[in-house]
Amino acid sequence: MKAELEKRIVKGPDGIEFEVDPLQDYYCQEAPTVMPAAYSKIVEGFFNWARAESLWILGFGTGCGAIEMRPLMTPRFDAYRYGVQWRPTPRQANLFIISGYLSVKTLKRAIRSYEQMQNPKYVIGLGSCTINGGMYWDSYNTLKRLDYYLPVDLYIAGCMPRPEALLQGFEDLKEIIRAGKGEGANQYAQYFDWYKMNQKQVIHDWDMPDYNW
Amino acid sequence: MHFEWMMIPYSLLTLFIVVNYGLLLTALMQKIGARVGRRYGIPIWQNYIDLVKNYGLRSSITHGVMFYLGPVFRLSGGVGLLLFVPTIYGSVMFSNLSFAGDLILALYFVFFGALGMALGAGESGHPHAAIGVSRGLSQMTAAELPFALAVFAVALQYQTLSITEIVAAQQGAVLHWTLFTNPFAVAAAMLSFLGSMMRPPFDLVLAPQEIPIGPPTEYHSSYLALMQTNRVIFPIAKIVIYMNLFFGGAASWPVFFLKVFLIYLFSLFVGVAFPRFRVEQSIRWFLVWALPLGIVAIVLV
Repeated sequence: MKAELEKRIVKGPDGIEFEVDPLQDYYCQEAPTVMPAAYSKIVEGFFNWARAESLWILGFGTGCGAIEMRPLMTPRFDAYRYGVQWRPTPRQANLFIISGYLSVKTLKRAIRSYEQMQNPKYVIGLGSCTINGGMYWDSYNTLKRLDYYLPVDLYIAGCMPRPEALLQGFEDLKEIIRAGKGEGANQYAQYFDWYKMNQKQVIHDWDMPDYNW
Repeated sequence: MHFEWMMIPYSLLTLFIVVNYGLLLTALMQKIGARVGRRYGIPIWQNYIDLVKNYGLRSSITHGVMFYLGPVFRLSGGVGLLLFVPTIYGSVMFSNLSFAGDLILALYFVFFGALGMALGAGESGHPHAAIGVSRGLSQMTAAELPFALAVFAVALQYQTLSITEIVAAQQGAVLHWTLFTNPFAVAAAMLSFLGSMMRPPFDLVLAPQEIPIGPPTEYHSSYLALMQTNRVIFPIAKIVIYMNLFFGGAASWPVFFLKVFLIYLFSLFVGVAFPRFRVEQSIRWFLVWALPLGIVAIVLV
């Protein structure tokens, strides 16, 4: 545990002393819950259609695959045509692309970003590294299987997949969402203990609360 | 004063038309901006889908009471501004509450939403939000100065604070518009207009590459959807004021659509041509270039 995260007494500028417990005060300790779909099937279908047609990607590149996402914003590929946009904050994003290899150090940030996103949220594993480690199969600090740690909706295989493959991946993800199968957030909430156990097995300096939205 | 119940559906109709027009217009402007970059850009109906998606998110979290009220204040600022100016000149249906409020009230409403947003974003506790708010309020103060001077110049020129009477004085011919009778005031106001449209070179509140994305960093789901709704109403409401004060108002919806589109396009043209200012450059720019024009306008009137 880092010193800045430990419970301590702080003296304010006006001389009043108060106690600060960063893990309790700055983060939420509540575990995620399974969120039910809308009551009516028609309404849920309508929402799912809107979710599919409005994919907001979290602008967080975890590995070398992030470089394949940049051309999507440019005139040649222009993913905006398909309702795909980039958001700089996890609060507003609903699609997290794990772009390429995920090191243990980055996993910590990825978990925190993922948990700050709002239900429903989707994860795409980009590149072979997220499936079986790819060319990092014998690396000591790279994760081999992404879906032990985060619920993955779709993999785009390749090293690296071309931007065209990503566009096709978005179309496939849209079909998954429209069919009502993009329930990764609920799956994460349901098997929360299992995911946390896996995450803690690889992250040895776990210095954050179990759930930090 | 006698109250007409019919006013309520009339105002709702105005609001409905403006929201839909705003959603399409904002997307169209993004498309034009994308075309400048040789992209196709978002589909024209994308804003509707984003709105539905954000309202349809299942979970949302709060940071406190002001976090709730921020978007509400913002939206009420936009709606209030829209309802207190005559949207269509001479129309009983679409004049709404314009008899009840004058220019000063409209000026107040322009600021009101930003202040509510500042409080709400402040409570979200994100450092980018605090930076964005401080940037936004300082730039807004600098940008409002020339606008306020232009408004006073116009009020002095027509000897009234009522927006309806100012529009009435400009009817008859194109040369009766304030644009031709008091060009300095219009120039000052149009430069100030750039500062409030969240487009380059004055988009330092959102500043996508520096403080992504500023005040709304922590806002999501329905909060964000409320703010998106306001983002399509507020620019139009503000443009309606400009249209009424400087460009002869609009006597029918087609004229309204055209004039709003052209005034909006002005900020887009400047936006695609110039990169973003830093905050001190922006404030200095307003004080050096826009403010003297406003003073000249007051002096000449």
